[in-house]
Amino acid sequence: MEWLTETKIPLGRWIASLMDALNEHADFVFYTISDVLEFIIENTVDLLVWLPPFLIIAAFGALAAWLHKSWKLTAFTVLSLLLIVNLGYWEATMETLALVLYASLFCMVIGVPLGVASAHRPWLFQILRPVLDLMQTIPTFVYLIPTLILFGLGVVPGLISTVIFAIAAPVRLTHLGIISTPKALLEAGESFGCTPRQLLFKVELPSAMPSIMAGLTQCIMLSLSMVVISALVGADGLGKPVVRALNTVNIAQGFEAGLAIVILAIILDRICRRDTNENTGQ
Amino acid sequence: MSNAVEFDNIDVIFGNNQAKSLELLDAGKNRDEIAEATGDILGVANVSFDVPQGEICVLMGLSGSGKSSLLRCVNGLNKVSRGSLRVHDGDWMVDVTTCDTKTLRDLRRKCVAMVFQQFGLFPWRTVEDNVGFGLELDGMGPKQRREIVREKLALVGLDQWADKYAHELSGGMQQRVGLARAFATDAPILLMDEPFSALDPLIRNRLQDELLDLQDKLNKTILFVSHDLDEAMKLGNSIAIMEGGYVVQHGTPEDIALRPANGYVADFVAHMNPVHILRGRAIMQRVAKDQRTGSGDLPIKDENIRISLENGIIRAAHDGDLGELKLINYTGDLPTDLDPMDNSVIFVADDTVLLKDLIDMRGITQNPVLLTHEGRISGTLGRKAFFESLTQTASPAD
Repeated sequence: MEWLTETKIPLGRWIASLMDALNEHADFVFYTISDVLEFIIENTVDLLVWLPPFLIIAAFGALAAWLHKSWKLTAFTVLSLLLIVNLGYWEATMETLALVLYASLFCMVIGVPLGVASAHRPWLFQILRPVLDLMQTIPTFVYLIPTLILFGLGVVPGLISTVIFAIAAPVRLTHLGIISTPKALLEAGESFGCTPRQLLFKVELPSAMPSIMAGLTQCIMLSLSMVVISALVGADGLGKPVVRALNTVNIAQGFEAGLAIVILAIILDRICRRDTNENTGQ
Repeated sequence: MSNAVEFDNIDVIFGNNQAKSLELLDAGKNRDEIAEATGDILGVANVSFDVPQGEICVLMGLSGSGKSSLLRCVNGLNKVSRGSLRVHDGDWMVDVTTCDTKTLRDLRRKCVAMVFQQFGLFPWRTVEDNVGFGLELDGMGPKQRREIVREKLALVGLDQWADKYAHELSGGMQQRVGLARAFATDAPILLMDEPFSALDPLIRNRLQDELLDLQDKLNKTILFVSHDLDEAMKLGNSIAIMEGGYVVQHGTPEDIALRPANGYVADFVAHMNPVHILRGRAIMQRVAKDQRTGSGDLPIKDENIRISLENGIIRAAHDGDLGELKLINYTGDLPTDLDPMDNSVIFVADDTVLLKDLIDMRGITQNPVLLTHEGRISGTLGRKAFFESLTQTASPAD
């Protein structure tokens, strides 16, 4: 056995020195990214907090009513958001909302094209699959450390870690949606003279839309599950009171902040989810 | 009449060893042997025939016989491995096997439209947007499109349903939408891949009738895939019967019914109802050529009847026992004032009359039916030929 442990392969050291090298020679790249992202997110948060809570609550209520025509969902949305205001977590909720929205936006903007590309190129999916598996299963803290070093403390490493964790969902579900476009519909599209671009936008994407929307809701849920971890590297939001509660063994605070996260999760999920019996046909 | 589609020695092989498989095909190997040697699937082998403009040609065969594979070559959904496939639209001619993608796309947008077995409608589009799909691809504006779409929907009787989604319609209506979508681009050639197979028999029958009515108005060239011989006989001006990738017989419905080329075709024909297909001229006893324009008395074989001709035109018929027979010209409807089994009358009909109408005539009188071509006698249909045609043992003397 000794020969096996005699010389350790410096795997960890390689990664560490790679990070060091990046930090040393390309730090301006990462700091620029970090500054830009931070600027955008903080301004969004400022705007959300500046707006009167009632206006935002009304907007959420209206969105629920308009998209789903359900008074139950509308009532739940309005009442539960009022509860958050009452508990005193409105500002933290807005910070989390901004983080989740930007994380989901980045995930979709990168994930959907990647899903489409991999659906059209089986070799790309072969490469992508283990990478996605890795991104989803590797413990978050492991890549939290390098992102912390590269991007500095604050909301940006939180955002990047969230995107790494959540992006697999839209990629996979977009891929699934595109490859399961019924062959009959593809042939119908082709037989009427679609260009490849028309086939994508007029046949494949509409057909994959329910799956892509499922990717979006999953992405939002996964992003929300990362808020506590983001708080550890300095992102503001509902994660902070949870972390603080953990450190001070404050059951009351932990429960209230946790409840606010759950409420936000349920509202976003219900509003984004498409009713399955709507216009989906067979 | 000019041809709309010409199949010229078409082979289709699915797989990656095309050259090797074609070699084996030329060496006379069949589908199973080729699959075993190269892993390729033989789709279509050595098919050559023409489809004249304005005709309905039915490709017939069991599943796996290659009929759909052949159909899909016409608009390039399947790639032809060898041979040439020419599509004509007026003076415009395209060889689908060699043209570039741009030309193929033009062909699909303007010249060849398709109707699918499972309808192939887009569930996220309304009926109107489904029908306008081809026009939309071609860049036509919504206003102009709307007008054409309404017109085509009216053609198939669905103008009230434009704003519904496909799944809100019954199967028969969905396929009417499929038809309207194919008509929308005014493509002169229509490919129909078992379009009515997914429908129940009653609806299928009605859509077949509607298709024939529309065809009278629109005069398209239609390639129609079917596995149902009755459907093929009803719709087809010509029928190509396929087996194992080969066309084993190509001919008129009567050819197929009366002169099956091999056992495979004969098996199909054995299960077919002949009365809607067979015409008088196919089963009659022909009158000798010189008598067709001649004058004088003509005895009918096996019957005690003589007919008097004047330049081939029937003037009178005489029965040995009953004397003079009353001539009745059949023009599509039976006279209602006749007693059943009235042997004092004799029918005269054009020789394209269907067997089912001949049965009606035989229900009124035992006497043979006299058949004419352009007004002059061409044949007679006595008891023997009549019953033989029903059991399909007739072998018409040419």
